[in-house]
Amino acid sequence: MDIQVTDLSKIYSGNVSALNGVSFHIDHNGTFALIGKNGAGKTTLVRILSTQLMPTSGRAFINGSDVVQDAREVREIIAAVPQEARAVPWMTPMQTITSYLMWRGYTHSESRTMARDVLRSLGLEDQENLKNRSLSGGQKRKVLVATALASEAKVIFMDEPTTGLDFISRKELWDVLAGMKKDRLIILTTHYLEEAEQLGDRIGIIDHGRMVDMGTLEELRGLTRYPLSLKIFARNLELPDVTGQVRRLADGEIQVLTTEDQAYGLVTSLLASHIRFNVQEISLNTIFESLVQGGANGE
Amino acid sequence: MFRGVPTANRNVGSQIYASILVNSIYAMVNYPVTLINTLLAPLSILAVVTFASHGTLLPVAAEGALIMNMVSSGTSMQGDLSHLKNDMRLQDMVVSSPTGPGIYIMGMALSEIVYSIPTLAVLVVFNILFVHLTAFGSVILFLDMATIFTFSVSLGFLLSTLSSDIVQSWAFSGILSPILTTIPPVYYPISYIPLPFRYLAYISPTTYSAQIAQNAAHFISISPRFRGCTGRFFFP
Repeated sequence: MDIQVTDLSKIYSGNVSALNGVSFHIDHNGTFALIGKNGAGKTTLVRILSTQLMPTSGRAFINGSDVVQDAREVREIIAAVPQEARAVPWMTPMQTITSYLMWRGYTHSESRTMARDVLRSLGLEDQENLKNRSLSGGQKRKVLVATALASEAKVIFMDEPTTGLDFISRKELWDVLAGMKKDRLIILTTHYLEEAEQLGDRIGIIDHGRMVDMGTLEELRGLTRYPLSLKIFARNLELPDVTGQVRRLADGEIQVLTTEDQAYGLVTSLLASHIRFNVQEISLNTIFESLVQGGANGE
Repeated sequence: MFRGVPTANRNVGSQIYASILVNSIYAMVNYPVTLINTLLAPLSILAVVTFASHGTLLPVAAEGALIMNMVSSGTSMQGDLSHLKNDMRLQDMVVSSPTGPGIYIMGMALSEIVYSIPTLAVLVVFNILFVHLTAFGSVILFLDMATIFTFSVSLGFLLSTLSSDIVQSWAFSGILSPILTTIPPVYYPISYIPLPFRYLAYISPTTYSAQIAQNAAHFISISPRFRGCTGRFFFP
């Protein structure tokens, strides 16, 4: 699967600019996690790519088909679960998935068989004939994700599928999403950075309608000045001179973002002083802060 | 994890049927009480007009109830479409699927007919018993109903695109129902309206529809000038 986006812009009425010349290229399957703050332009981008919204300018192609001019061809290979989509409360999971698959052109009996299979694979077989309103929040979202999962679509857009779910439900849905990407391209928007870190084979960072950077987590980490984070469990510690960014955390602990060489020296000194610490590669959270909010860790 | 999805050989009939399932059959199966809801509105006005006229207007009102049913079916599509579009975001999922807009709307329109089948059945029985149409008159009535249904579906679709939430849709429904079916001379002959106001009745398309139906049953005779305006197809 291949997505090519060139200079895509969207200006809503009232001259509100949602996308401002976004360009990128995705050329392989897996999960592409699109992260950004609320209002960064994630949903607008996904809505344009999933043929729900016209761009103001620029072009986007999915497998060589223009999302505007060849929308019909594009719709043959995509599926979308919008941000605020809800499983119709008075329908059952079986009815929800069956009807969606029929909209994709499967017969009623094919759709029911496929719906039953996917519900079983998601552990919802006992709920298949309950009304959606009686399901938990996580189960309802699973039902929606299952509609896309059960389809033959090769590119699936998931716009913030886990928003509002508790951590356990989110983790369950992560397993589902992770299983979906084997032979497809999943475009996943989220503002949970941990989710992007867990699921994204590649991550795109969008801010103020622009694609700030994209790449694997490693590649994004490589864009920052200080790729390592030391957390020191000591209060009021006088640190030796260190090249990096020092943060006093709310609980009194100290976080040092620094380079590999500097970290080595600091670790040696902390070990000698019997001070507890941990060292790890910086998280997507820190990368995001540095690239979007212009922290000292930025290039 | 689920694997091995067969490639769909797109079936347009399935795509239309999906809309019918979602917008009527599933609702009727899951909540049979909805059937009473669709039945009650046309029958209640039919009953009131019949009682108030001591039965003399029953045949006219029976035809009128058919017209009201078709109009209500079409206009309720605006509420249903608005609900699926704004509250459920289901329409966005359908947009990003191989179902085209024409197929989706056709399916939704047919779903409204399916939803009103129980009411239609009761009203057709009433019409057979009390209206006594000729075969030709029945054809005219059928075409008349199809035309007014097409109008109301188009109106419903237009309003659903303008509606941004369900509260707006309820308001549209509340406005359309009296304007199109309760006030105009659908359940009664236009001659019951005092003359200065009679012309106002012609603002509503349902007045024309009711006149065509009443003419087909020989309850009224439409003037040659009106026939000329509406084409000789309906009035040979």
